[in-house]
Amino acid sequence: MNLFEHVGKFSRFLLLVLSKPEKGKIFFSQIVREIHKLGINSIGIVVIISLFMGAVITLQTAYNMLNPLLPDYLVGYTTRESMLLEFSSTIVGLILAGKVGSNIASEIGSMRVTEQIDALEIMGINSANHLILPKIVAAIFINPFLYVLSVFVGILGGLAAGYLTSTVAVSEFIYGIQYGFIPYYITYSLIKTAVFAFIITAVPSYYGYYVKGGALEVGKASTKAVVNSSILILLANVILTQILLK
Amino acid sequence: MIRLENVNKAFGDLKVLNDISITFESGKTNLIIGQSGSGKTVLLKSIIGLHDVDNGAIYYNDRNFTELNHKGKKEIRKEMGMVFQGGALFDSLNVKENVKFPLDMFSTMSEKEKNKRVEFCLDRVNIKNANHLFPAEISGGMQKRVAIARAIALNPKYLFCDEPNSGLDPVTAIVIDNLIQEITKEFNMTTIINTHDMNSVMEIGEKILFISKGYKAWEGNKDQIFNTKNQALNDFVFASDLFKNIKKST
Repeated sequence: MNLFEHVGKFSRFLLLVLSKPEKGKIFFSQIVREIHKLGINSIGIVVIISLFMGAVITLQTAYNMLNPLLPDYLVGYTTRESMLLEFSSTIVGLILAGKVGSNIASEIGSMRVTEQIDALEIMGINSANHLILPKIVAAIFINPFLYVLSVFVGILGGLAAGYLTSTVAVSEFIYGIQYGFIPYYITYSLIKTAVFAFIITAVPSYYGYYVKGGALEVGKASTKAVVNSSILILLANVILTQILLK
Repeated sequence: MIRLENVNKAFGDLKVLNDISITFESGKTNLIIGQSGSGKTVLLKSIIGLHDVDNGAIYYNDRNFTELNHKGKKEIRKEMGMVFQGGALFDSLNVKENVKFPLDMFSTMSEKEKNKRVEFCLDRVNIKNANHLFPAEISGGMQKRVAIARAIALNPKYLFCDEPNSGLDPVTAIVIDNLIQEITKEFNMTTIINTHDMNSVMEIGEKILFISKGYKAWEGNKDQIFNTKNQALNDFVFASDLFKNIKKST
């Protein structure tokens, strides 16, 4: 199947997904469940990675600032900007594409090959809408919170690393994270996070939903889902950066 | 009652169903039999609308299913119950939630009424003390029975079963067959069962459609099947030595 066929098929798939849910009450309870599954269950990995990345960014910046004319607070400034602009939105997005994306593709794919999706269709339920829309809504809702958490923990990690290794004074670091702050960057990153959340859920769902065959094909679909959603995240990152920061 | 008129279906150049016409009556267990690859699964999936037929008509009583729009088909689908080959129970829901699922989606019952209905359906298929168990925690036979309970939760007019006793031991298979037959009579449903299990044919074959290479090759019941002159059917029915010996002795 070539790219254009995929685009057409994906568009038709989205039409199915983005229709009115059968029952509001059930839809709402599914969203709550997905928020737990996709968001709350990802807090651990986001915290760990953000903490260490924040620390590494701080140390690398500190060890590469050899010019004595550069003020120490730039370490805090760089850590904040790195976390705020790129790491907490894009890199966390890529990590979640791996964790959440493979989970979604294999879950939906398994449902397809074990005829659970057919069972929904027979009942007269729009299976794509029933299974996938709650995931998309839940991810778009919860991922911005993960972003904020990641920024906070990353900066905290940077502060801790700077303090523990004595590479930067706490006061300098705190001054740096407040220096030249542009609030719009948060808006920009939150928009990116929401778009990435859509990609992370919709693309793997698409690959899982159209699986044909057995367990082997589910595995292949899961791999394709992660690879392609990662590529789309990077592509969307470039496009959104150009649109939102020009 | 479900009536098929000249149903045809092809996938690309491969013609899978050719001019299939038959009437499946209500209150009876109607069986579709045939070798693997004969087209019986495609026929069942066409009847329930998972495949669109190329031409021909499928009537649910007097409603032409093939000409209905999405909304019309959806209404008829609410009158259908389906038992899939593997049960197709929802992995993330426990036994009770699986049976309650169609009620949650489509009924206007109160929570108390739904629970009562779930209890009735599970009791009807002899499932006890398993409400909290998940599909992965119960046996294949139990999964099939829960699938039947789920299929009858909304009091369907039409029940479809795709190889309901595949993968089951002979004793459990007979239990499932008899259960489907009892339920069919009790609720006067039109039941269509896809099978290649000769035990099922002999046990519950009140009406049998034999498909060979996509064509309707024979139609009859379990009493007529032993004396058929149809060569393809004979080859299918008496493939095992056991049945060959039974035929010889009769």
